Amino acid sequence: MNKRDQTGIPHTTPRQSATFTQDVNSDIRRAAATGIYDIRGGGAKRKVPSFDDLLFMGASISRYPLEGYREKCETSVTIGGLNAENPVELDIPITIAGMSFGALSGPAKEALGRGASAAGTSTTTGDGGMTPEERGHSDKLVYQYLPSRYGMNPDDLRKADAIEIVVGQGAKPGGGGMLLGQKISDRVAEMRNLPKGIDQRSACRHPDWTGPDDLEIKILELREITGWKVPIYVKVAGARPYYDTTLAIKAGADAVVLDGMQGGTAATQNVFIEHVGLPTLAIVRPAVQALQDLGMHRKVQLILSGGIRSGADVAKAMALGADAVAIGTAALIALGDNDPKWEAEYNALGTTAGAYDDWHEGQDPAGITTQDPDLMARLDPIEGGRRLRNYLKVMTLEAQTIARACGKNHLHNLEPEDLVALTMEAAAMAQIPLAGTNWYPGKPGTAY
Amino acid sequence: MQTIDLSETGLRAMNKMLHEQSGTTNQTAWEIVNPKGAHAIACGLDAPIEVTVKGSTGYYCAGMNQQATVNIHGSAGPGTGENIMSGKIVIEGDASQYLGATGHGGMIVVKGNASSRCGISMKGVNIVVQGNIGHMSAFMGQSGNLVVCGDAGDALGDSCYEARFFVRGTVKSLGADCEKKEMREEHLTLLQGLLDEAGIDADPSEFTRYGSARTLYNFDVDNAGAY
Repeated sequence: MNKRDQTGIPHTTPRQSATFTQDVNSDIRRAAATGIYDIRGGGAKRKVPSFDDLLFMGASISRYPLEGYREKCETSVTIGGLNAENPVELDIPITIAGMSFGALSGPAKEALGRGASAAGTSTTTGDGGMTPEERGHSDKLVYQYLPSRYGMNPDDLRKADAIEIVVGQGAKPGGGGMLLGQKISDRVAEMRNLPKGIDQRSACRHPDWTGPDDLEIKILELREITGWKVPIYVKVAGARPYYDTTLAIKAGADAVVLDGMQGGTAATQNVFIEHVGLPTLAIVRPAVQALQDLGMHRKVQLILSGGIRSGADVAKAMALGADAVAIGTAALIALGDNDPKWEAEYNALGTTAGAYDDWHEGQDPAGITTQDPDLMARLDPIEGGRRLRNYLKVMTLEAQTIARACGKNHLHNLEPEDLVALTMEAAAMAQIPLAGTNWYPGKPGTAY
Repeated sequence: MQTIDLSETGLRAMNKMLHEQSGTTNQTAWEIVNPKGAHAIACGLDAPIEVTVKGSTGYYCAGMNQQATVNIHGSAGPGTGENIMSGKIVIEGDASQYLGATGHGGMIVVKGNASSRCGISMKGVNIVVQGNIGHMSAFMGQSGNLVVCGDAGDALGDSCYEARFFVRGTVKSLGADCEKKEMREEHLTLLQGLLDEAGIDADPSEFTRYGSARTLYNFDVDNAGAY
């Protein structure tokens, strides 16, 4: 019922703008007050077509299912068998993505290593180098080779089980990073050869190569230094997945890590996170097409990341052709990030559990994205590792449940034909028929 | 003296042989002939050996070097001595771009000129160039010393941190947040030591020191125009 003023004329209902929403208005007010763009952690928060827009059909008369808990459904994956003497053998196809010591606390990195090892999978270093506790607690550790080369040294390189050359990151294709001064403790500063307390810029390009021809030579150098023993991954952001995958393979990569825009970052401009890059759903099929066109599908492994949360996401990624997935944000949540038990402290920071993303400021109540000794002490690395292991096990069981229902005795046997799409957008991006039809937008031989 | 003919031995076998040398090896002198511009020659060494390459090299020669001395009797391709940790690299000819990129320690000496991005993101390496260096050298240089007996190109030391630059000739332009600095006694002593170690006869008093003005160390929107 509209209010009436004293003259009796009815008022219209107060109407919020769809263009100038409260969120947008708060962005404008913040910019006007500070003169600085908003920097935050995490990945894209906007709603984009995702794996939620796909469904499995399950078995029917034409496909028969496997018995849950009785009939085997394998989950192992071998990464990097093409050139490396010692490929990475994993029990489950869910790996832990690169996250730096510096962005994360030492105990958080240890917890990631413990959890991954207990679940039979790998974890990954990040910008800032390899810490002894991370190496010590990770059965399989992938060493990221980043543009900044912070903490980069050949001794650690030779300790790695694989090397991941980072070209891009889904949260910020074409962007570097910044670790703000408040997170630069003595230890972080020493590892990065910089004074304490100053902002540390991570470059967006590698300092000693540009382009795919150089990358081929860089891969050769890394193989020579490590005696051709370990696989070389190339990580690219979801930008031009067909061409980037093609170029990475031609440069000699043993595995391609492809990261969609929902993938997290320790700190980047909000405008970058929300407006640059492709949704994870949209990047898988072009990358798989590139692998198939070169005859390299299942020879060079595709590891997909960017907003993977559940066994259903794992199964969908693999059905679309990925060999494995990587999780970052989800792993942090498993450790305790954004847990409602810290709600009062999130409120004190002007946010709420589930929305906390100022990871770069080093005040994380959960003690994960911080270098503050008191906050760090809140995370028990043993308990954190146990939680991560549990989560990885659940994801694996979920993916197996779906695979068995589709009649598959290995997660790798999931295929696009097991899926339908719920929306036209998802159908087009994943090249999966719209549910109830045999058509998707752009299907060869069909009209729009 | 051990001599390896790269055209016969091949890159993998040659590097493997060099990698197998330990800290106590008595085979300390190695010569590589017929390099013919090959990439990744003598990269990843980690022993107190001396390797002399008789000719020009491609990308990443002596990359990530530890302990070893690598002499290049020719010119060196891009990324030579990248991420060097210790030891010494001496290039008799010219060096291509990214020389000593991200180098953490040790010394690189160039008897000729070095191209663009010399010492990019250097993290402790000492680089001494007898000739000139190209543009964007020591970009984001963190620590270590870059000595140039000739001239420096555009944007020397752009966005540098604590690395020091000594230039005897002209500097075409300084990069963001790089400024001319006072040459104090301690710097003259440091420079003399670097020149002596490099085997170059030059008078430290003829050099000018450059380094970070430290105004961009913590982000400030009022400096946005400088980037």
